[in-house]
Amino acid sequence: MIDTLFTHYNYWVFAVLLMIGLYSMMAKNNLMKKLIGMNIFQWAIILYFISIGAKRGAQIPIVVGAHGQGENLAIHAAEYINPLPHVLMLTAIVVGVATTGISLALLIAIYKRYNTIEEDKIIEALKK
Amino acid sequence: MIEQFPVLIVVTPLILSFVVNVAGLWNRRLCFYIVVVALASCVVFSLGILKTVLTQGEPIRYSLGNWQPPWGIEYVIDHLNALILVSVAVVALLVAVYAKRSLEQEIHESKIPQVYTLFLLQVTGLLGITATGDLFNLYVLLEIASFSAYAVIAMGERGADFAAFRYVIFGTIGACAYLLGTGYLYILTGSLNMIDVAHLLPQSFYSKALLVGLAFFMVGVGIKMGIFPLHVWLPDAYTLAPSAVSALLAPLFTKVGAYVIIRIMFTVFDPAFSIDLYPVTDIVGWLAAIGILFACIMALAQSDLKRMLCYLIVAEMGYILIGLASANRLGLTGAILHIVNDMFMMACLFTVAGAIFYQTGTRDIYQFRYLHRTMPITLAVFVVGALSVIGVPPLCGFFSKWYLLLGAIEAKQWALVVVLLISSLIYAVLFFRVIERAYLEPREDHSHASQKGHPAPTLDKVPLSMLAPMVFIAAGIILLGIFSGKIIAHIIEFAIPAAL
Repeated sequence: MIDTLFTHYNYWVFAVLLMIGLYSMMAKNNLMKKLIGMNIFQWAIILYFISIGAKRGAQIPIVVGAHGQGENLAIHAAEYINPLPHVLMLTAIVVGVATTGISLALLIAIYKRYNTIEEDKIIEALKK
Repeated sequence: MIEQFPVLIVVTPLILSFVVNVAGLWNRRLCFYIVVVALASCVVFSLGILKTVLTQGEPIRYSLGNWQPPWGIEYVIDHLNALILVSVAVVALLVAVYAKRSLEQEIHESKIPQVYTLFLLQVTGLLGITATGDLFNLYVLLEIASFSAYAVIAMGERGADFAAFRYVIFGTIGACAYLLGTGYLYILTGSLNMIDVAHLLPQSFYSKALLVGLAFFMVGVGIKMGIFPLHVWLPDAYTLAPSAVSALLAPLFTKVGAYVIIRIMFTVFDPAFSIDLYPVTDIVGWLAAIGILFACIMALAQSDLKRMLCYLIVAEMGYILIGLASANRLGLTGAILHIVNDMFMMACLFTVAGAIFYQTGTRDIYQFRYLHRTMPITLAVFVVGALSVIGVPPLCGFFSKWYLLLGAIEAKQWALVVVLLISSLIYAVLFFRVIERAYLEPREDHSHASQKGHPAPTLDKVPLSMLAPMVFIAAGIILLGIFSGKIIAHIIEFAIPAAL
């Protein structure tokens, strides 16, 4: 138990970050804090994907001097890290930036209209 | 040419959405025509795809950029996707034609090009989600569809920006949960291609990680499609959005989400896993049952027509889940048929709500008196849609409900049978509440025969470009009902996994 706690600490960090993000999205009253929680939530998942691709003692997946002789080259996959999760996360980062952009734009619009970004005050203003 | 259709159906609206934005700088009136051309070509592509699938009898597999799967991204279109592609494309085209005048009234002139851009991006995302055979590609397209939804909902009436912000928060949790599910499957199989994953998964059927992965998928897609405990963002967002936008989003986005759930439960995961190994279908069934009753009661409490319809969507998603929960051929036939039917029924009702708002400026049911004198055609369309949702025989809603009911009986899920019957009764109350207000006149008004409260009977003052799509959608509902036997025999029979 203690062993898994220490050897897989990256997954524990991921889970803790995920919960922090979820908590602030659900419980915070300030919309900006919600947005920050959303970002933490997204980056936690990116951290998770990055860490599943990493390997201790492995190198980047570029085979030096292999150009043109691909078929007679013996490659030990265990010596290289897996690049695919990292590449997926490039896309996920773009998605995350777009989400942040949209929500910031919405926040500006909300602030201009209601003069506050506190959720309860906005709901109160909307009821009038 | 025809073998390129699977990619063209996604790329055409994607590229034209940028063209719309640029053309809008130069001449705003061009935008609408570009959108219609883009969506009309999507309809042509989708029909071509359906024809190919029907003639060759097996799925089309299209490798993007000729990168061979499972390494490259692949579009896989079988009977199920092909049917949904056609319905998405047709409904989107009709709603786009309808949208022109409605948007002109509700949205400031300078924002029209942006709305059309987002409209096309939305359709791009939905068609892409339906066409793709790659789990991660599905995530990206889901986000494309969601982003355009966030932005375009925020352009609605007062309070829409706040509703859109809440939608962003919920939608992001949903998308992230979906992404995590993909991550769990990737760890277990090392692949993202749906067919490849389906081949590799059975080795790890007893792993707890797989169960967590499925749970993340269900929660993620569940938020996006608005099934019962995860629906809280839906009524606000869809009610406050511009009429034409909710007429596009409400029927299509939620149903495409239902398609994704079917795809994941029965294609990516083996039916044996979702049905026999774990009680996935039981949980889904109970959620559906509680959700339908809750949504029906909430819908009864609304006086705003559009908000009532939003709760109806939550109930309709419950219907589709009932089909999945029965987990037999009949139930799944009903679920798939209901996805298609519900796109048309909801498009019909939401376009009517928009048209009433266009002419009278209100969506309050209590203000609908004498409406049959001023908007006879719109109300006739509404009655067709309403009767279909209630489930009156020649209309399409009856047939999918019939199959859902047969499926639930065959699965001996008596609670679901009872819920199906009770909710149909509540639906009847729900719609006759509106129809009664719009058609029947109180007696004392007749006896007084006063001139003031009696508008003279006229045809609808809604422009033809809004009326015609509504009538077409209503005709679609009738045709889907008449030909539902053919659709089931030729398409849906092949869309259901053989193991069931």
